[in-house]
Amino acid sequence: MPIIVVEVMPKAEILDPQGKAVAGALVRLDKSEFSAVRIGKRFELTVEGPITDELLAEAREIANDLLANTVIEDVIYVGEARPADDAQGA
Amino acid sequence: MRVGVITFPGSLDDRDAQRAVKLGGGEPVALWHGDHDLKNVDAIVLPGGFSYGDYLRAGAIAAHSPIMSEVITAANAGMPVLGICNGFQILVESHLLPGGLVRNDHGDFVCRDQKLRVENVDTAWSNGFKEDEEIIIPLKNGEGGYIADQNTLDRLEGEGQVVFRYLEVNPNGSANDIAGISNARGNVVGLMPHPEHATEPGFGPDTRAAMRSGTDGLTFFTSAISSLMANA
Repeated sequence: MPIIVVEVMPKAEILDPQGKAVAGALVRLDKSEFSAVRIGKRFELTVEGPITDELLAEAREIANDLLANTVIEDVIYVGEARPADDAQGA
Repeated sequence: MRVGVITFPGSLDDRDAQRAVKLGGGEPVALWHGDHDLKNVDAIVLPGGFSYGDYLRAGAIAAHSPIMSEVITAANAGMPVLGICNGFQILVESHLLPGGLVRNDHGDFVCRDQKLRVENVDTAWSNGFKEDEEIIIPLKNGEGGYIADQNTLDRLEGEGQVVFRYLEVNPNGSANDIAGISNARGNVVGLMPHPEHATEPGFGPDTRAAMRSGTDGLTFFTSAISSLMANA
């Protein structure tokens, strides 16, 4: 079944305590070359038929109305799963 | 006066809010998130808790529940609406109030008796206070950091829509120490602290007079109920 992926990230100026905690763990693991971590959300919306422009427009609408709160988050991607997203292809 | 208290899946303080309405001289009316029926109430309280487990974002899913379309219509028509804690989060997610609420800047859940200053005594829920009155209201939240873009903050400050401001301690990193705000009309008010937990001697915050004697929260409810009765 095809999926539409929506990715949401906290805005840059918003504190991301999860990311901060992970960054702290990386320092303790001696991986301090990764100086910061930010954690966002990925939604996978399954659709029954092929992914059409209408479905993508609809997905963009719910991304901005429900999936993200654009006061604190940015929608950074709405679209078909990219090749790197395909678990079978990895 | 009939004051509706909406119960969402995961609401915690709906019964406390109902009791506060009663102590404030009103008739509490239990409302259900899944209904499209406000049962002829004169005012609405959105209580604290963790509606829908705070999934997605605190208040986000509740903001789209069936009864909220009626609440939004009623609020836009001028009905007094008070959002407490999770209720405040639902009001911002419903766009009845501007801005957003994010995780506390220190990352921890906070629970304390919080001193506030009442900076707007013209709203439906604060008209019984004196200008700049200092009050103690219990606060308990994990995601209570109020944020908004600079234009919104400037507008809120300029128009007097900051109704309650944290004093002495900013418990969650809120912008401008904002504890609660109103819409432009003053009928919709949201705040993170819990006035319903400071309405009955013996169960409120400590005061200089006696332990657990604080009842500053009662004025929220008497404000709305008495102004509704005056206009009835």
